[in-house]
Amino acid sequence: MSTTEKRLRDFAHIIRSKNAGPYRLTFDILFKDDASFEAVRDSRAITKESIARLYGVPLDQVSSLFVMPMGRAIKVTLRRPIGQGDFGDSDIYGCQQHAPLLDLPVVPAGKA
Amino acid sequence: MATITVLTPTGTLGYGFGAEALEGGMRLKPDVIAVDAGSTDPGPHYLGSGEPLVSRFSMKRELSDLLRVSRKAGIPLVVGSAGGSGCRSHVDWTVEIVREIAREQGLSFKLAWIYADVPTERVKAALSRGEVKDFEAGFALTEEMLDETVALVAQMGHEPIAEALDGGADVVIAGRSCDDSAIAAFPIARGADPGLAMHMGKILECGAFSAEPFGMDVMVGIVRDDHFLLEPGSAGRRASVTSVAAHTLYEREDPFLQPGPGHSMDLTQCRFDQVSDRRVRVSGSRFIKSDEYWVKLEGVRRAGFRSISIAGIRCPTMIARIDEILGDVQNEALRYFASNEFELGFRVYGRDGVMGKLEPQRTITSHELGLVIDVVAPNQEFAHAVAHHVSGNLLHYHFPGQFNTSGNVAFPYSPSEIDAGPNYRFSAYHLMRLSSPLELFPIHFETIQNVHH
Repeated sequence: MSTTEKRLRDFAHIIRSKNAGPYRLTFDILFKDDASFEAVRDSRAITKESIARLYGVPLDQVSSLFVMPMGRAIKVTLRRPIGQGDFGDSDIYGCQQHAPLLDLPVVPAGKA
Repeated sequence: MATITVLTPTGTLGYGFGAEALEGGMRLKPDVIAVDAGSTDPGPHYLGSGEPLVSRFSMKRELSDLLRVSRKAGIPLVVGSAGGSGCRSHVDWTVEIVREIAREQGLSFKLAWIYADVPTERVKAALSRGEVKDFEAGFALTEEMLDETVALVAQMGHEPIAEALDGGADVVIAGRSCDDSAIAAFPIARGADPGLAMHMGKILECGAFSAEPFGMDVMVGIVRDDHFLLEPGSAGRRASVTSVAAHTLYEREDPFLQPGPGHSMDLTQCRFDQVSDRRVRVSGSRFIKSDEYWVKLEGVRRAGFRSISIAGIRCPTMIARIDEILGDVQNEALRYFASNEFELGFRVYGRDGVMGKLEPQRTITSHELGLVIDVVAPNQEFAHAVAHHVSGNLLHYHFPGQFNTSGNVAFPYSPSEIDAGPNYRFSAYHLMRLSSPLELFPIHFETIQNVHH
C-alpha cells in the first residue's frame, strides 16, 4: 500500500450498516461534500463486485447498489447471511457490520 | 387545500424526546401528533412473547406528555404499531395505559383502537387462492409453517386509521401499521396529496433522525398543495437537504421506489430545497395506487428454549487452538446426548463474534476471547442440560501443550448457565392480498369521560 493511498473513511462522514427488514443488511455511505462523493463514485471503489469481495459473499448475495447524488450517498444492500434472530445471528439490529468499509481503498479515477 | 401540520415527537414512542423540542414543535401549531411505536427491528421476540418493547414507565411517561399537549391543543394523537409489534396484547397494554393517564389527568375524549392480528385460517385461505407471495424471506409460506406460527400481524395502511379519525376519534392506538402510513393517515384523511403525505410520513417516522445533529426527538412536517416542509422541534437542530435526502435511505433497500400497503412510492422525481436555515422543502413525491391491495404479514414461531453460558478465555495456548477445541466439544455433545433435536453454537468475541461469516479478518489478534455458548432445544430443561454439559466439558478439556490444568474458561457468573426462555423466530415475512384495506383491521371506539381537574 502506498502512503498516498486513501481509504473510504477519508471521504465519507457516515458509514453505517442497518437491517432493512429481517432479511436484508443495508449499508449507507454518506459524503461530506460533492467533491468527496464524486471522487468515490468515479473511482469505482464501491461496486457490487468489490462489496462481495470485501464481505466474502457470492455476488448474487449483493441485492442492490444505488448512487444518490441528491443525498451525496452510495447505498449497498446484502442479503443477510442469517435471518434476523435466527440461530447464529450475531447482530439483531445489523448495526455493526460496517467496519470493513472504513478501510476500503479508494484510488481516484485517472490515478490508477 | 389548507396546510396540514404533523408533529412527530420521536422515532419510536418510549425512546424519549426533549421537553424544549416538544414546546418548540407545538409552537408551529400542529394539526395532529402522530408517532410510531414499533417495528420488526428489535427482532421476533416481542411479537412472539407479547412482551412490550419498552418499559411501562417509559410508555406512560411519554404518553402522559403527548396526551396532555394534544388534548390542550384540541388535536388528535395517533400511535402506530403500539407496544412494539402491534399485536393484540400490545394494543391492549397501550390502551390500558391511555385510560389510566386519562383518569389521572381528568381527560375526556373519544378513543379508538385498531387490531392488526391475522387469523392463520385467513392466510391459509389466501394460500389456497394463490394470494400470498414471498416478500424477502426467501422461503415459501406453507400450511405447516402457519400451524407453527404463534403470532401473526399484518401492516395496516393509512385507511383504517383514517376511518377511526373520520369516526371522530381524538386518540387512535393502532396495532401493526406501516410506519409511513400511521403518520400520513391524518393528512390524507383531510385531503392532502397522498404522495406528499406518505413521503413526509416516511421521513417523520424516525423523528429527528432526519435532522442534524440527529436524535430521538421532535420533528415537524407541514404539507401543502405541491410540497412539504420539514423542521425539527428543537432549536438546537436543523433540517438540511443532505440530512433529509440521506434519511430517505435509512433502513430500506431502494431509496427511489418503495412499496407500501395498496401503493408504491416513486421518489425518483423528488426535489429537496433548503428554504431557510432550519427548514427543507420537498416536492415531487408520487403515490402510485396499486390495482390490488397487498399487505405485509409478520409472523413468528417458537423454535424452542434457549440457554446460554458466557465464558472468557485468556490462555494463549487455548486461544491458539480455539477452533479445534470448540469443534471437538461440539462433536462430543452430539455423541453424549445422542440427539439432533438441539442447536448448539459458539459465538467467539475476539475472533468473529460480531460479524460471523461476514468477518474478513480471519486471524485472531486479541489476547483474550469472549465465548457465548448458545443452545436452543425443545424444552428449557434440555437446553440447560446441553449448555451445562458443554461448558463443563470445555472447562476441563485436555489439549496438547496445556500449562493450566485447573480450568480452561473463566465464568463471570454462578450459575454459569443462563436460561433465556422461549426462542421465537420469524415464520412469515410475506405479502397477502386483501379484499379491502379495512378487512383485517377492526376498529373499536370508546368514549372516555373523567372529571376535569
